[in-house]
Amino acid sequence: MSTPPDMVNVQIDGQWMQFPKGTRLIEACGKAGKFIPRYCYHPKLSSPGNCRMCLIEMGMPRLGPDRKPELDPDGKPVINWIPRPQISCAQDVSEGLAVRTDSPLVQECRKGVMEFLLINHPLDCPICDQAGECRLQEFSVEYGNGNSRFLEHKVKKPKNVQIGPRVTLDAERCILCSRCIRFMQEVAHDDVLGFVDRGSYSTIAVHPGRKLDSNYSLNTVDICPVGALTSSDFRFKMRVWFLKETKSICTSCGTGCNTIIGSRENAVYRQTPRENNDVNSVWMCDYGRLNFHYLHGDRRLTSLELKGAQHQISWPEAIAHAASALKKFKKDEIAIIASGRMTNEELWLASKLAGALGTSLRDIVPHEDEGDDILLNCDRNPNTSGAQLLGLSTGRLSAIAEGVRAGTIKALVVCCEDLTECGFSDSELQKLGALITIGILANTTTKHATLVLPAAGFAEKRGSMINVRGRLQRMNRAINPPGDAREDWEILRDLLVAITGSNGIHAIEDVFKQMAAEVPAFAGLSLSKIGELGVQLNLTRK
Amino acid sequence: MSYKPPARRKPHPKEKRIVFQNIDRDGWSSDIEPYLIYGGYNDLRKAVTMKPADIVNEVKLSGLRGRGGAGFLCGVKWGFIRPDEKKPVYLICNADESEPGTFKDRYIIHQDPHQLLEGMIIACLALNVHLAYIYIRGEFPEGARILEKAIAQARENNFLGKNILGTGFDCEFYVHRGAGAYICGEETGLIESLEGKRAYPRIKPPYFPAVLGLYQCPTIVNNVETLCNIKHIVHMGGAAYAKLGRPNNTGTRVLCVSGDVQRPGYYELEVGGVTLGELIYDICGGMKPGRTLKAVIPGGSSAKVLRADERFKIKAKQPDGSMGEKEIGIDEIVMDFDSLTAIGSMAGSGGVIVMDDARNMVWALNNINEFYAHESCGQCTPCREGSLWMKKITARMLEGGGVWRDPEVLKNVADNIAGRTICAFGEACAWPTQSFVTKFREEFVGRAAKPLPLPTSPEYMPEQLITAEDPVAT
Repeated sequence: MSTPPDMVNVQIDGQWMQFPKGTRLIEACGKAGKFIPRYCYHPKLSSPGNCRMCLIEMGMPRLGPDRKPELDPDGKPVINWIPRPQISCAQDVSEGLAVRTDSPLVQECRKGVMEFLLINHPLDCPICDQAGECRLQEFSVEYGNGNSRFLEHKVKKPKNVQIGPRVTLDAERCILCSRCIRFMQEVAHDDVLGFVDRGSYSTIAVHPGRKLDSNYSLNTVDICPVGALTSSDFRFKMRVWFLKETKSICTSCGTGCNTIIGSRENAVYRQTPRENNDVNSVWMCDYGRLNFHYLHGDRRLTSLELKGAQHQISWPEAIAHAASALKKFKKDEIAIIASGRMTNEELWLASKLAGALGTSLRDIVPHEDEGDDILLNCDRNPNTSGAQLLGLSTGRLSAIAEGVRAGTIKALVVCCEDLTECGFSDSELQKLGALITIGILANTTTKHATLVLPAAGFAEKRGSMINVRGRLQRMNRAINPPGDAREDWEILRDLLVAITGSNGIHAIEDVFKQMAAEVPAFAGLSLSKIGELGVQLNLTRK
Repeated sequence: MSYKPPARRKPHPKEKRIVFQNIDRDGWSSDIEPYLIYGGYNDLRKAVTMKPADIVNEVKLSGLRGRGGAGFLCGVKWGFIRPDEKKPVYLICNADESEPGTFKDRYIIHQDPHQLLEGMIIACLALNVHLAYIYIRGEFPEGARILEKAIAQARENNFLGKNILGTGFDCEFYVHRGAGAYICGEETGLIESLEGKRAYPRIKPPYFPAVLGLYQCPTIVNNVETLCNIKHIVHMGGAAYAKLGRPNNTGTRVLCVSGDVQRPGYYELEVGGVTLGELIYDICGGMKPGRTLKAVIPGGSSAKVLRADERFKIKAKQPDGSMGEKEIGIDEIVMDFDSLTAIGSMAGSGGVIVMDDARNMVWALNNINEFYAHESCGQCTPCREGSLWMKKITARMLEGGGVWRDPEVLKNVADNIAGRTICAFGEACAWPTQSFVTKFREEFVGRAAKPLPLPTSPEYMPEQLITAEDPVAT
């Protein structure tokens, strides 16, 4: 068997296979279709080898007196099996390594460990939030016993402990795998969790005087294989098996962590990180993760509002009104304030709208805040890169504010922003001839708007964004916009059609297609070609 | 000087006192003066004239096996340290003597600390160690105080510190007190503890101390008695030392005898110099009046128990010189590493626990189980959950709540622990249960007569199994 230099030969359940050097044995077995159950092992963390669930039999070729492997009659190396079972999570593959992943000894080990893990576990699955995505449940089905031999009292431990603002601990459910401890040490760099007490009384605890208050604390909930750590936010809100999972991205900062939106019947219940090793590994920050409640909040705009209207207007009326209102102004009396929170498709249509109106006064509102060196970017706009690429980020925001103040600018189209937070005053907005807002939340600007066009939140629409590192990624619709709200790109398209009379865009794919034809960075791409993990663009970010 | 070493309490004639030569001398103290007058640190003076490789070689020649419990060859362990090692090498003296039934290291530290220091300094010379630690268990505050004082005295006399005896070799010792945990005696747990963490034993591979030990540097961890022997190996020469004891079981060993014998205590004997029968009936004066031998735990509480009427098949040389099998009784067991391993137990830490016919084996096992359930570090699943489970079963049996399945479950739980844990604690807590339940099955079955509680009863409480008809006192 010829072996490339960076590959090694490994025998898994009697079959010889090749793996790259440095592959973890547990991963190699998985790739060979022999899944090894595990609790403490996590591919992104160090391997403590403490749960003992991944025990397998291991052996090496027996060497003859000439230090060469002895061969059996079939010409295959004879294996010297190690009598003790070995953990597969802390071992890299090596030349000639042989493993048995399903031998009687291995099965017995797994059965034994499963029994040990369950004897002091409360078995409160009916009221446990982890139910449905619990490794203890899953591996019980596959490797556990049907009945219990345990006749003693279970160990009592603290329950319902708020160990941080967002994380709740049930120490009785904990199987002490130490994933959360290692995550806080190795990824969040906030070594705040640890074990106290000994033996069966061992308990996860927060350092005295501290809280698990890191902005990454909810990742411990994700990686907790059981229901010991649960999200205080998501707890008891929804059984996980009812959740529809939609692959999307987080829109709370420029990093664009890949996410799964968990929703049911037009409500988002949670966001969890989705693995993308070019962006967020398997983590995301608490801020981004929980930044979805506003979709269902009191401030949500759900109806069209025309100032002075006596009755509820319809979308065609609203669009027609907007078009005629804008047409009343000269081209340099109109400005467009777009947003770095808009998708590329929306930004592109906004720039087309600006072109149709003939105005060069367009910009986005920067949103900066403290970032960190893990995931959270100081640019809180998820798509500043897209705005730059599509010519919406011009740096003319203060000039526009100046124009409004001086009265030379008389009409504004504002997307997703509150202008009173970026240099415009209430009175200035009040005196505008037309203030058309496209957005999802009521704010001071929408209060003064002549026309409020309710739009869709990140979980309610499709589109693409470019993160701070130039990666083009796709967001997907998990739920429908509420009430009258529509997807932003449709609103902008309708405005554009009403103003120019042109047409040709029926679907968001068409927007991207047009955009890709005009913007060289998108050449050859389409929405579907972006894929679930995004595409790296060759951009230079200003 | 005309200092005459004080007379010592007379050891048993069969004893061969080398490491314990100064123990129990009248008027002897842990100070450096008597030690110096009695030839102390002369072996260090000899060692500084030797090449480090030659010292290591003498240790290899001596065949010295570790006295802490595992009986690993000391010379082989030292041989893992490469002479051209670039990282600092650390030596740690494991003075966390915690195995129930073992009490030798405490006497060495309390009465002859300089012997230990001399052995350690020689080891440091041999292994090019400039920083060594004595990890002493938290329950030995007096021992720690004595060691601190001894280290200060050794430093004053230039046996420690900068430029030892003018050789240009620098070496410093620190005493580190544990906080009271058995697992700190496991060498990688000890290292973690010394690094300031919880004493969770490390996984091997990759964390073999000689490769990735203290602060990820090569580290040698040796028991107190082992390190004392180093001094005597340098004194006698490795080959001469190897003549003591038996092949592959060389030197002397302190056996700590406790339990139901007339004269419990410590006895330094050539390894394999006596049989278990000689140890109990001759050296220790036999069983207490009117009592007969029931069981012996030969190597600290984790060693598998031996039953008095047990017969063992061992390999033995036949009269014609060929190897054959021979059946022996418990009295004929030679007290060395290999013989005890051959009969399915171990020499362990040298703690010999003798039990007479008045002992209840369920009680005895529960006592051991309580210890291991309390001392399990809790890091890995089988030991963490299994040790407490076994204790709860034996405790319930003792209180009269044993159900018929208990002996089988006990044995099976122990089987599910042994060999499946990160460190040897798994075996340590499983072996007693495996051996007690198997060898004294009738006693365990006798206390496990009740039927199983109905599995359907949600109100079930373990207490309902316990009835006051036969509580056990012992």
